[in-house]
Amino acid sequence: MKIRAQIAMVLNLDKCIGCHTCSVTCKNVWTSRKGMEYAWFNNVETKPGIGYPKDWESQERWNGGWKRNPDGKLAPKQGGRWGVLARIFANPNLPEIEDYYEPFTFDYENLQTAPELPTAPVARPISLVSGRTMDKIEWGPNWEEILGGEFAKRSKDYNFEAIQKDIYGQFENTFMMYLPRLCEHCLNPTCVASCPSGSIYKREEDGIVLIDQDKCRGWRMCVSGCPYKKIYYNWVSGKAEKCIFCYPRIEAGLSTVCSETCVGRIRYLGVVLYDADRIEEAASTENPHDLYQRQLDIFLDPSDPEIQRQAATDGVSAEWIEAAQRSPAYKMAVEWKIAFPLHPEYRTLPMVWYVPPLSPISAHASAGRIESAGNGLPDVASLRIPVRYLANLLTAGYEPPIVSALERMLAMRAWFRGKQLGEAQDPALLSSVGLDEATAGEMHRYLAIANYEDRFVIPTAHREKAHNAYMIRGGGGFTFGNGCDGIDAKAGLFGGKMGRRKVIPIRALDEAE
Amino acid sequence: MTLPAPLHEFLFGIYPYICLAVLFLGSLIRFDREPYSWKSDSSQMLRLAELEFGSNLFHYGVLVVILGHFIGFLTPEPLVLWLMSPTQHQLLAMVVGGIAGLIALIGASVLVHRRLAYRRIRANSRRWDIAIIVMLWLQLALGVATVPLSAQHMDGAMFDRLVAYVQGVVLFRGDNAVLVQGTPWVYQAHILLGFTIFLVSPFTRMVHIWSGVGSLAYLVRPYQLVRKDTRSANPMQ
Repeated sequence: MKIRAQIAMVLNLDKCIGCHTCSVTCKNVWTSRKGMEYAWFNNVETKPGIGYPKDWESQERWNGGWKRNPDGKLAPKQGGRWGVLARIFANPNLPEIEDYYEPFTFDYENLQTAPELPTAPVARPISLVSGRTMDKIEWGPNWEEILGGEFAKRSKDYNFEAIQKDIYGQFENTFMMYLPRLCEHCLNPTCVASCPSGSIYKREEDGIVLIDQDKCRGWRMCVSGCPYKKIYYNWVSGKAEKCIFCYPRIEAGLSTVCSETCVGRIRYLGVVLYDADRIEEAASTENPHDLYQRQLDIFLDPSDPEIQRQAATDGVSAEWIEAAQRSPAYKMAVEWKIAFPLHPEYRTLPMVWYVPPLSPISAHASAGRIESAGNGLPDVASLRIPVRYLANLLTAGYEPPIVSALERMLAMRAWFRGKQLGEAQDPALLSSVGLDEATAGEMHRYLAIANYEDRFVIPTAHREKAHNAYMIRGGGGFTFGNGCDGIDAKAGLFGGKMGRRKVIPIRALDEAE
Repeated sequence: MTLPAPLHEFLFGIYPYICLAVLFLGSLIRFDREPYSWKSDSSQMLRLAELEFGSNLFHYGVLVVILGHFIGFLTPEPLVLWLMSPTQHQLLAMVVGGIAGLIALIGASVLVHRRLAYRRIRANSRRWDIAIIVMLWLQLALGVATVPLSAQHMDGAMFDRLVAYVQGVVLFRGDNAVLVQGTPWVYQAHILLGFTIFLVSPFTRMVHIWSGVGSLAYLVRPYQLVRKDTRSANPMQ
């Protein structure tokens, strides 16, 4: 056993209102640069829909994630080591910019400078790639917002697998949910495995997956390797970039920007201890239905003294072990079993988990319009969002864990509704779904109240020991490469234009002036 | 073609060493000081269509051509003579180099067209991106043009002189330039443009060739990479 710790994230989809605050704050902080206009380290998709980039979930099309060979070994679906190198000159699985969307701005100047016209002047869209006026914007970062577009197109959604989807195109049966997405910081990342220059790595101390920008050569195999399409090729710098899990904040014990600014308070961050020696075994499980359970199995109980001892031996510091015991991620994923990994069938063992959405059925149920399961709870099989759809999203199509999670959340709600209204409480309501009063109370505190200190339990990193500060003296802080220049350095011998370095002349003020 | 002696001496005796020195030192300095600028600079994301055909033909063709140059020119003469006659050696170079060169030339033509014809690619090309692909196209064209020229004298004598010249450059023989004196201009232009490409390489996207060789390490490394923080490192290092 080799114990490692990771800061895992859980998103409670039941409370996501699709406001995109996470996406926008993330973009403002990390991707408001040339070459990254089209890239969203965090984005929120309306489901059902084909998403961003188009059809990203279909690995038949994009060949991301892992493939289990007949001998039980895993290899990236886009090809093993030789396959990756052979496709390096033109990667057939790489999305083009149109698969995301062509980034654009508007000709705002025309609104001010247009001569007097019989009609109002228009700000036409201008492509940020070619600099040309675009006739029409065909696709954008959130084109399917709140079920935008025809059902025929949106229903190409991969999660409709094994569902008679036609009825969901009818107005009465339509359903929707939001899916905020970011890098999964997987335990078995395909991006790392696909990088010919070995520039992508997982940090041992907190599990964050990063790209070493100085080592990245722009071979772009990680973009196609990642089944979540959460690595972006910066078409100006020629390097791959991805969500960095706001590691400078995490190291300081702060939550990520997307979590911090979430107005619905749906995001949780906490330490999960896992057995690194069993990653490969878990990821190569034969039946995809078992992948969710196999991943749960390698998460370790932080309250077990034996585990604590082993973790300390393996270099996990005391406050991290202590934080793991208060981890909201561990509680939701392992103790309550209401959080699930996104698409475990890709075999990457993702570490951003999701609580499936419930709303808005309760009011409907109490009005007697939904079938009841007998214990006073609505039958989850008759919910508006098909259970199979959620299962396709979160458990490789295996329904029982999803049903159990939804029932627990419904029971917890019903229990507290009764409590608030002073109605008679039937303990069978909770016990029928495997809960007791104390657990339901805790679930209520975490899910409904969602206190800041419950949502984010992040121990600080020991950077004081990681860096030799003497070596970084006089550095320019966060720069691109050489410690001085920004991403689009105009000056320089290598790749920039020579002799154009802007120098602001410094001179003493003449007193006479 | 015969140039004035001092000029010939400079171009074929001294210029190659300037080029090679800039290639090695320039690459080293760039790798060390500006690692963020070291990349293949792919434009595939902006337009895949012609790239799939052009880039594959070009790169696979060029790989064979480069390997052929290395093996053909740098194999010690006794070893070559033990294996085959000079005529056979020349024929082998013409056939393998001719076919691979032609494939690469077709690929390069597609790539030149792609870079210049599509607004999106053109707008995001640096001057060097365009210059280097045109230089490579020219170099391939010159290289392929040597094949019919060589076919006119199959005795291997001219070929031997060229081999001796290249080996001379590598082995620092000072009196080397005389070997290519009086050879047809196509050979001379091919040699000069070749060294010029070495000269400009550190300042262009060509540095990705080093990394291409380096990426062979991928074949033997484990799939997953985990970096430890340097907690245990000696802080006085």
